[in-house]
Amino acid sequence: MHNYTIAKLIKGLQNKEFSSVELTQHFLDRISQLNDDYNAVITVTSEQALSAAALADQRLANGDAPAMCGVPILHKDIFCTNGVRTSCGSKMLDNFVPPYDATVVENFARDGAVMLGKTNMDEFAMGSSNETSFYGPVKNPWATDSVPGGSSGGSAAAIAARLAPGATATDTGGSIRQPAALCGISGLKPTYGRVSRWGMIAFASSLDQAGPMARTAEDCAIMLNCMASFDEKDSTSVNQSVPDYTASLGNSIKGLKIGIPKEYFSEGLDPGTEIAVRKALADLEAQGAQLVKISLPNSHLSVPAYYVIAPAEASANLSRFDGVKYGYRCENPKDLQDMYCRSRTEGFGEEVQRRILIGTYCLSAGYYDAYYGKAQQVRQLIQQDFSDAFKSVDLIMGPTCPSPAFKFGAKGDDPVAMYLEDIYTIATNLAGLPGMSVPCGMVEEKPVGLQIIGNYFDEARMLNVAHQFQQITNWHNQAPEAVQ
Amino acid sequence: MTIERKEIEKLATLSRLAIDEKTIADVTGRLSSVLALVDQLQSANTESLQEISRPFHTSQRLRDDQVDETDQRDAFQAIAPQTHNGLFTVPKMIE
Amino acid sequence: MNWETVIGLEVHVQLATKTKIFSAASTSFGATPNTQACAIHLAMPGTLPVLNKQAVNYAIMFGLAIDAEICQESVFERKNYFYPDLPKGYQTTQLEKPIVGRGSVTIQLADGTEKAIGIHHAHLEEDAGKSTHEGDLPYGMSGVDLNRAGTPLIEIVSEPDMRSAEEAIAFAKKLHSIVTSIKICDGEMSQGSMRFDVNVSVRPAGSSALGTRTETKNLNSYKFMEEAIEREVERQIDLIEDGGTVAQETRLYNGDTKVAKSMRSKEEANDYRYFPCPDLLPVLVSDEAIEELRRALPELPDARQKRFVSQYVLSDYDSEIIASDSNMSAFFETVAKDSSNAKLAANWVMGELSGALNTAGLSFIESPVTAQQLAGMVVRISDNSISGKMAKQVFEAMWQGEGNADEIIQAKGLKQVSDSGALEKIVAEVLDGNPAMVEDFINTDESKRKKKLGGFMGQIMKASKGQANPQQVNQILLQKLNALL
Repeated sequence: MHNYTIAKLIKGLQNKEFSSVELTQHFLDRISQLNDDYNAVITVTSEQALSAAALADQRLANGDAPAMCGVPILHKDIFCTNGVRTSCGSKMLDNFVPPYDATVVENFARDGAVMLGKTNMDEFAMGSSNETSFYGPVKNPWATDSVPGGSSGGSAAAIAARLAPGATATDTGGSIRQPAALCGISGLKPTYGRVSRWGMIAFASSLDQAGPMARTAEDCAIMLNCMASFDEKDSTSVNQSVPDYTASLGNSIKGLKIGIPKEYFSEGLDPGTEIAVRKALADLEAQGAQLVKISLPNSHLSVPAYYVIAPAEASANLSRFDGVKYGYRCENPKDLQDMYCRSRTEGFGEEVQRRILIGTYCLSAGYYDAYYGKAQQVRQLIQQDFSDAFKSVDLIMGPTCPSPAFKFGAKGDDPVAMYLEDIYTIATNLAGLPGMSVPCGMVEEKPVGLQIIGNYFDEARMLNVAHQFQQITNWHNQAPEAVQ
Repeated sequence: MTIERKEIEKLATLSRLAIDEKTIADVTGRLSSVLALVDQLQSANTESLQEISRPFHTSQRLRDDQVDETDQRDAFQAIAPQTHNGLFTVPKMIE
Repeated sequence: MNWETVIGLEVHVQLATKTKIFSAASTSFGATPNTQACAIHLAMPGTLPVLNKQAVNYAIMFGLAIDAEICQESVFERKNYFYPDLPKGYQTTQLEKPIVGRGSVTIQLADGTEKAIGIHHAHLEEDAGKSTHEGDLPYGMSGVDLNRAGTPLIEIVSEPDMRSAEEAIAFAKKLHSIVTSIKICDGEMSQGSMRFDVNVSVRPAGSSALGTRTETKNLNSYKFMEEAIEREVERQIDLIEDGGTVAQETRLYNGDTKVAKSMRSKEEANDYRYFPCPDLLPVLVSDEAIEELRRALPELPDARQKRFVSQYVLSDYDSEIIASDSNMSAFFETVAKDSSNAKLAANWVMGELSGALNTAGLSFIESPVTAQQLAGMVVRISDNSISGKMAKQVFEAMWQGEGNADEIIQAKGLKQVSDSGALEKIVAEVLDGNPAMVEDFINTDESKRKKKLGGFMGQIMKASKGQANPQQVNQILLQKLNALL
């Protein structure tokens, strides 16, 4: 059952081939057997999951089952879950049990999905390797000496290891797409504002967006149907109707214009990755898609702009963790300032502290215009690049990451080397555009991802072409040997 | 741009972070390399561009002025580090 | 040397909305600690703000009231600093693009002159919570109540246009009058509904350069404001004349101990790192929305004062006092209309009633004597049914809840005797009964006779048990005495 897609599980549940309780127990068993090898899941909610599964079975029996009724999933530990610890991968929130649910969590509950637990992640979603988690690194199921990518590395690794058929994730600069690529699964970052941010612990508010991770594009479509909603509680949620993302999956891609930005195939791209991505593009061309050479001339500015804007917003977003209302407070503070400084220094990891310092620097008096002001202007240049490109193409494609999964500690000492891991994914967050990664090949027995970038609210088209690609390729069905 | 040790200390004070002596040099080095990266921004020609802070320029939605929250103090204070008679307590603030 | 004082004010006005600026939690005053601190204003992780429409409307109404430019695209920013009463570690406020731009407020001074005080801008922001350091707390700890956190405020920033404490107080009072007249604030200063930060500097008279200013924060009464300004001006002049310089600093004035002190501890390394709040979009306000609010804007105190002069023929002085208070104005207008005697209505509202309310610590809305009751009494004064002296008795009884004027007049038998036949009879009896006084009156020099009338009046009022109409008695008495000359 653990090799079934969500689409197949839904059919099986509806046809009573197995019950949700059986299915849920099966995945809970897999988590207890395999999770120690990968450290992908940091909280397991067995009891809660089994009673939700029993309820789902009742609804299935009564014939009033909603879309994802009885399907077990995992939530990234960045989404607040009522009564269940929500740590955001940080010591700061190791003891934090929110009395409320994120809208994304509510939406899955409404549609009958069963929560198995919470997945590991880079602390406060700051990282591209899942090495910054307070709960220890996540291991890539394809090569346990390598990173799964980050920050949604726990969700990606869990799906690759067949610990769950789908998981929620978030993407601020590539945190869905990069781990999806490195773990050989499918993941979609929707248009900014498509999925509610309520109850999702903020990293960089103007860039954060939640999305689905699963093995196939079809499963991502099913999950996005559930996740996407207009939410009055989020001022940046866009009030636009949600289409049925599964309805257009079967459309032909004949005549589809795919833009290939030359900047995404420049130096720094691993040759094996380039070969795999170009092969995927050729496969799509063979299906009738048209490949169009384009340029995104300001691409090189996206990483610098991101590393001003994201830390700046984060520096303010993380000020609420002060040891007063919830979360970690140091022992025996000698005065108020000591309580602040020690609670935050003991509660936050090194990378989080580094980003807070950078953000504080970029916003401080005398530097604002040169850094934050300039970065916001550059953001507009990047957005303009994309809107020019979308005048002549329907989608843009290229590699998700410059290379396959790297080994633990490989980028240890140089934060900039790690930041360049997101060189192809960051621009879409700056522009607010949707982006997706689907598996498109293997290099040295590690997966490679194809990135698909769409225009605003064009997720249905992205899912359509990804699904069509998965009809003619088999990369998404591959599994690491150890977990088959 | 490189960053001075004194500046790091000021940033740490503003951010309420206590960077210990051993790591301060290390942090200074790492921050400098990140700042060298973001300094690439200065090459961009951004004349005649506005600052934007969000991808779509839409208007803030407004909420009707109706009370729709109930008292959840007990639930919230159950997860607080320290409370006393319904107040959150902190080391004494100096007036 | 002669010194000139330069004063600018920053006024925090709590908006009279039902809910907080970014959440649907109640803003009511005096609730049990932290029972109105919802997830959003506790800054629970993952929570997000949604802006209260009424708060925006109230800010725009204030802008319209001071004839200011309304910013059709205003932006919220984050002001970053750590303090236990600031749950997010930043205050959501406005800086570069405030909702209300330049405007002006006219103040009236005691000598009758008027002066325009410039408003630099007014912006929307959230209030902080409250800290307590005394009472039942563990040793060495402070307590934090976040009920007030997120209460909507407008901060009104004046130009440094005031030159004395008197002008500053007049300006503060005028703002109070405006915000209560348009009903965007309850005006309860004792509850912190309006709080004043005072920027003070001094410079040699005739100089146009500004001196270094200090900011005295969080004054919540006119009296404290006046004291704080006067002491600060004195301190700065003494300092400069002794060869020192004024340091730019924030100060706190304790109204109870009358001592001001510098808040240096909070000043160190201040860098608020403002930037636009990414959780909120720009607030766009259409021309139509502004016009709709303009049409619905309640009458402003200045317009009301002019109307009182023309409609009720009140003096400038009376109309000014009544018009500055919207509740008093509403009360007065009911009394004036129901009694058809505006002058007398004004006297009673400003005099006896204001005094009694003030003593009892009540507002006009809480008055135990209703406007209708007071009007009923004014009618009886106007038609000579009761004298002014009796009216005071009637008022006292109405205040005690003994009924309306006519009921009290009857119950107490207070009816004034105005029947001229009856009065002539009483006057004649008094004159007959006091021949010595009459003799004395006749023998008194003409210029001094008027003084002698009081004695007769006393006798007559006593004989009538206080019910004789004094004006009529006066006439009859003069007639009869003159006839004896």
